Amino acid sequence: MSTCSVSKGCFVFKPSAKKRKLSQSTAHDFGIRNDDSEDTELRFVTCQSLWNQIKSETEKVQEDLNKQLLDNLMNFLSRFHSEFQEKTAEWTCRMKFREIPTAALVLGVNVTDHELTFKSVSDFLQNNITPYIALLEAKDCPGVKNLMQKLMGQLMNCYVDVDSLEDEDYVQVSQNRIRCSMSSLIKWYESVTKKTDSEAPSKKRTTSAHWQSPPVVVIFKDMESFTTKVLQDFIVICSQHIHELPLVLIFGIATSPMIIHRLLPHSVSSLLCIELFQSLSCKDHLSTIIDKLLLTAQFPFKLGEKVLQVLINIFLYHDFSVQNFIKGFQLCIVEHFYSQPLSVLCCQLVDLQKRVHSLSHDQCENIRRLPSFRRYVEEQESGKQVALLTTDNFLKEEIQKLLEDLHVYHENYVSILRCLHVFTSSLPKYPLGKQIRELHCACLENQVWETEEYESSLQLARMLNKSDLVTMLQQCMEILLSSSGKEFDKTVEKLKKFLTEFQNLEAEAFQEQDVSISSQKELQKKTDLYHLQKTLLELKESRRTKKLTKFEMLRFEVVDYIDSLVRKYLVPADRRTLHEILYFNTAAVLRGHLNAAPRTALHTALNNPHWYLKNQALKCDGGSISNKAPDICIVYKLHLECGRLINLVDWLEAFSTVVMAGEEPNADTASSDQMDDIIHARFIRAVSELELLGFIKPSKQKTDHVARLTWGGC
Amino acid sequence: MGNGTSVSGGEVYSFQTPKRSSKMAELASELAHTPEQSVAPDHSKGPGKTAKTPQSSKHSSSNKEQLRSKKKEFVSTTPYRLRKRLAAPDSYLESESEYSASCSEEEDEEDQQEVSTVLSGQKTPAKTKAAPTPPPRNSLAKKNKEEKMSNLMEEYFEAHSSSKVLTSDRTLQKLRKRRLNQETLRDLLTKAPLAYAAEIKELNQQHESLFSKWMLQLHLGFNIVLYGLGSKRDLLEKFRTSLLQDSVHLVVNGYFPSITVRSILNSITEEVLDHIGTFRSPLDQLEFITKRFKEDSSLELYVLIHNLDSQMLRGERSQQILAQLSSLPSIYLIASIDHINAPLMWDQAKLSLYNWLWYETTTFSPYVEETSYENSLLVQQSGSLALSSLTHVLRSLTPNARGIFRLLAQYQLEKKDNPSYPGLSFQDFYQQCREAFLVNSDLTLRAQLTEFRDHKLIRTKRGADGVEYLLIPVDDSTLTDFLENQDEDA
Repeated sequence: MSTCSVSKGCFVFKPSAKKRKLSQSTAHDFGIRNDDSEDTELRFVTCQSLWNQIKSETEKVQEDLNKQLLDNLMNFLSRFHSEFQEKTAEWTCRMKFREIPTAALVLGVNVTDHELTFKSVSDFLQNNITPYIALLEAKDCPGVKNLMQKLMGQLMNCYVDVDSLEDEDYVQVSQNRIRCSMSSLIKWYESVTKKTDSEAPSKKRTTSAHWQSPPVVVIFKDMESFTTKVLQDFIVICSQHIHELPLVLIFGIATSPMIIHRLLPHSVSSLLCIELFQSLSCKDHLSTIIDKLLLTAQFPFKLGEKVLQVLINIFLYHDFSVQNFIKGFQLCIVEHFYSQPLSVLCCQLVDLQKRVHSLSHDQCENIRRLPSFRRYVEEQESGKQVALLTTDNFLKEEIQKLLEDLHVYHENYVSILRCLHVFTSSLPKYPLGKQIRELHCACLENQVWETEEYESSLQLARMLNKSDLVTMLQQCMEILLSSSGKEFDKTVEKLKKFLTEFQNLEAEAFQEQDVSISSQKELQKKTDLYHLQKTLLELKESRRTKKLTKFEMLRFEVVDYIDSLVRKYLVPADRRTLHEILYFNTAAVLRGHLNAAPRTALHTALNNPHWYLKNQALKCDGGSISNKAPDICIVYKLHLECGRLINLVDWLEAFSTVVMAGEEPNADTASSDQMDDIIHARFIRAVSELELLGFIKPSKQKTDHVARLTWGGC
Repeated sequence: MGNGTSVSGGEVYSFQTPKRSSKMAELASELAHTPEQSVAPDHSKGPGKTAKTPQSSKHSSSNKEQLRSKKKEFVSTTPYRLRKRLAAPDSYLESESEYSASCSEEEDEEDQQEVSTVLSGQKTPAKTKAAPTPPPRNSLAKKNKEEKMSNLMEEYFEAHSSSKVLTSDRTLQKLRKRRLNQETLRDLLTKAPLAYAAEIKELNQQHESLFSKWMLQLHLGFNIVLYGLGSKRDLLEKFRTSLLQDSVHLVVNGYFPSITVRSILNSITEEVLDHIGTFRSPLDQLEFITKRFKEDSSLELYVLIHNLDSQMLRGERSQQILAQLSSLPSIYLIASIDHINAPLMWDQAKLSLYNWLWYETTTFSPYVEETSYENSLLVQQSGSLALSSLTHVLRSLTPNARGIFRLLAQYQLEKKDNPSYPGLSFQDFYQQCREAFLVNSDLTLRAQLTEFRDHKLIRTKRGADGVEYLLIPVDDSTLTDFLENQDEDA
């Protein structure tokens, strides 16, 4: 069946049930490209399990971060609820003014992440407080009527969910027939609460989790996009009925809380009793994610510097969306396991031995081909070189050792990175960046101790005061103690020694202080100007030539020690042997898939067809274009010379001039008439293609003219 | 593969600068004579590059000569004073960016041209308006100096401030070969060999090697969007035939002129889900589809959309619905886009629903199918579709009705030289029809006109005085052809 038709635009293809594959295995797709089929299965499984682990980890992070917000919300709701139940004085007072309790959630500009937050909020409320939750979006509610419809639809549906499906018919009827008004909503609420109240003693189901006469929560997901009229009307209507219906509103706000007052006039906003809740900023969220996913030894898969930079740039300069960051991370995992056959070794240490030993000969060859491994081989003595290159078993043992080393390296790397971050994050102007991710990128990029920024931060560190230094050392010690690396016993001891020395210094400094005080006293005695000047000069002189104090010496020592740690442990990952197996570093692929530039691609194709079509005839030095280029390129190039309007006749003529010159000389002997027709047709095709691409459009301003739609080059 | 990273944003999105129309011809001749090709001796006269254009293009083709001489009669160029100024080499170069009304081929026969331009300059006042009278020479130089100093901002305003457009007045009507209908066009194009077929094939093979990867990524929850120059239809078709034969899939031709989201949703509910019944709104329908796909996890659907950015689908609501559809875990979407501004359709929310992976698939294949549906430019050029529809509709009418339409068409052709012709007033028309014994009351005429209007054969417009004017919204040449055809038929 063809998919071209002049009467139809959609074509459905349904293979017969027999032919249809019941569950097409995704692993199957994974393997098509590669020949070594025994590993693809394993690779796919590893990839999937890794991704699932990471996914659950990110969800956990998200949950933890939302916990604070949810607890606050819970308190807020319970306060109003108890007031409503007990009908306290405060409640009656509020009822007099008809105020609706309202929570304003300030969520930040990363709108794409809000969906998850709302989901967790509604789930949380659903499980703990009330079954009556309605989530409203601006695009569903162009008018109050639609809003009420949507609201009641959601509330009554959730009623079905809670109360099993036995009386579904009743609800179905009611939902369709009941007029969407506040009074019917109240009636419904009364009937429902009465029912659950009466049922509760007999069937202890819903009431255990939910409160008695639970509040009705209405969530406006994107408060800013609602029309003011709808919001105002809804709030006014609700406030009329607030004493009958325990209604609570939640506003999702992406900008600032000020928007409430801008959207609602005073008369309406005074009907709300607003409390503000701030969700965690997306930057903090990202830091936590990076901390939990990258700076941990939990996952064998790691991101290389360029890839990480691409992901962070997309986050910072495009969308602030943590969701997209995670999506990018997922893509990295898939790419890595798909394109790198050796990624089968990218697994937990426990499985490593088995996998290394089951490597096929081809895979061993793959390893021998890795650049980092070849570098490693060249460094070995000749006997070992031969063994590595010829004996698979020897190679396997070596691989296992190297990979274990790599894992250990990463563990140590993370701990020392954190220590370094303790130092650099408190320096003025943050030469190495404020966030640990910046430091991480800097360390991955090249040997950090060779950079200027590192030099200047060391210098700044040499000027730290004692109390800061001591607290930093203590922090470092905690980090090293908590890390699982075994090599740090000595380091910890050394740090301990530093700390005790600082304490000793304190005692000494006490004595020194006495001396200096006495000298100052001496200074005060002399009232003679000449003498004063002289002593001051002497003092200055002595300060200049003075040997470093013990504190300063010790400070130097500490900084030097940190420096030595950095040089030892923060070697960039791509200097390590076999890093290709664990580190994904193909940033170009990632950028192409996530942050594509369609317009640049078009620009290149039109201006420089040789980039794509490797034909010598198309090769041209920059700027110009060969007259043998594809029609559309020529037409495009010609149209660049025009202003806002283009005369089709001129254009056609110019085109045929170019094309005729490009044709073989014998063409003019053939019937020129036919030639003309063909050129005309080719011109028409090229022009309509340009129109499809959006460079031009037909114009009515002048006959046989088209309007240009772009500026400049593309 | 991958696009040239060397291209900077400034190159792609720079300001439009005012340019002379003759530049195109200049470039054309330049391109026509790239070094290895140059056969024509380039004897340029005068110091500037001004004279090159007509010379070289003249030499390059013999049949162009007659074409040009034919055109000479109707070529209208700049007023004489300006022409003279332009003829002086240095001032010409100076004024390069400011005056652009000249055509390419006047430099060679100056004397004749000057006479003709004086005439044409007087004849067409519209043209004089288009080309401003030049300021005195010294102020010109001053202006030129300013120009050099002007920055991008000024360039922008310069390009957009003047409503005058300086292009030549030639029209396709006057060309010998002005009419190509859809079929002849298609025939001609199939006759013309596709350039660089081997390279294009190689390019396509590179893309085809990615098929299994696409499949994998679709299954992992991503959706795929293809961009780049060239039709991606064949590529997607190949993907479909090679990998999707055994699964349920839906192909949507976005470029189809009457495609709607509704029809896409309908084909999902009716043909994929075998549901009989209608829905109140697309949103309801979407909800139904969502529910069905969530309930039945064995349901899987591949959706291929050619040209997701087409005129009919690029609307906000359509995109929202499609995005929501694509976010379902068991619906796999793979789509192509072509328009340069296509990514502007999507805001952050839609992008996160679509969950795109972008693939650059530059194919350089011609957009045969995509541009085949009576593209506006083609119709404008050929008018053949309008003509055939005219004849078709007219044939099904009574002889009297045909006569009525003829009258109107003839009257309109008589007045074709009057640019401010408002149309034929209803009363006059009625009078004429009565005289020709075509109608006997104004009610019958009105009934007839309603029928015409329903077929979009005529347009009515109320003038300032409240009188109803009737107009056939077809260009003059088509109308002439139509009348000729009618005569033949009769």
